[in-house]
Amino acid sequence: MLEFIKQPWHWSVAGVFIGLTVPVLLIIGNKNFGISSSLRHICAACIPANIPLFKYNWKNEIWNLFFVFGVLLGGFLGTFGLANEADIQVAQSTIDDLRVFGVSDFKNLMPTDIFSFDNLFTLKGLFFFIIGGFLVGFGTRYAGGCTSGHSIMGLASLQWPSLVATIFFMLGGFAMTHLGLPIIFNLINK
Amino acid sequence: MKVDINPSCDAQNELAQRESFLSNIKYLIVGTLFGIVFVKAEIISWFRIQEMFRMQSFHMYGVIGTAVVVGMISLFIIKKLNIKTLNGEEIVIAKKPFSKGLIYGGFMFGLGWAITGACPGPLFAQIGSGYLVVIVTFLSAVFGTWTYGLLQKHLPH
Repeated sequence: MLEFIKQPWHWSVAGVFIGLTVPVLLIIGNKNFGISSSLRHICAACIPANIPLFKYNWKNEIWNLFFVFGVLLGGFLGTFGLANEADIQVAQSTIDDLRVFGVSDFKNLMPTDIFSFDNLFTLKGLFFFIIGGFLVGFGTRYAGGCTSGHSIMGLASLQWPSLVATIFFMLGGFAMTHLGLPIIFNLINK
Repeated sequence: MKVDINPSCDAQNELAQRESFLSNIKYLIVGTLFGIVFVKAEIISWFRIQEMFRMQSFHMYGVIGTAVVVGMISLFIIKKLNIKTLNGEEIVIAKKPFSKGLIYGGFMFGLGWAITGACPGPLFAQIGSGYLVVIVTFLSAVFGTWTYGLLQKHLPH
């Protein structure tokens, strides 16, 4: 059993678990699945600044903060308790594409040549942490949800606005990957 | 099953009864299992997101596609069998209203997703996995959400 758990899980296993989050949250407490709302609750709780978007009873939504703290804890347990024993297997074509940009660490879930504190006060850090994070926070709130709220909860409940959102999530991702990242890496590697 | 046509936020709490602080522990447990799946299936990996946007692996398409189908079937069963919450309330789905923000905001989030390799859920799991620098990304995301709130009334919707 433990041996099975220590392998990387197949996409279908992960998909079933994530899909089941939708009915589980509804049945245990009538909660609609969505994660980006946690960022809004944090704003409402810590820095509301009289902004209308943050004036609501966030305490009524505190379940969402418990949920995301659980995700953090799960990340810890999954990594330090039940870690995948082998290195991550990245598609060879992706490795080839990323090597051109100067990425060289393909052993871990995240490339340490980007995601380390050494890069915090560099151009790399500005793009990958500051600007990237800002776009995620601003964009998900502007769109009223993220991959969980729209692409999973919204699509599963057959709501067409969530399909529109999902299409534009993907278009943004394709645009950044194929048009933006070459420019960004070119600037960084100068 | 009914629909809330005017939810006050996304990921709405639709439970009519009040819950004690401690009863929130059950959402922490579900979140923890969710986070473990994120790590075990390598969904939090920046490389998996790159593979997806380069269409060089089926992995993420498989994960999201399976999740949608499982969610859809579950909601169909809840509706057909009129399944209630554990404390007997009718299950409520929040409506997702259309706005142009889905297009502009959706596109912006997509740009950020491809840079950071994370949507909001994986951000938390990446931090838990020991990539502590992602705390900076997370804080920047909170600031992004706050800035949207500040500018909301000036943006097209």
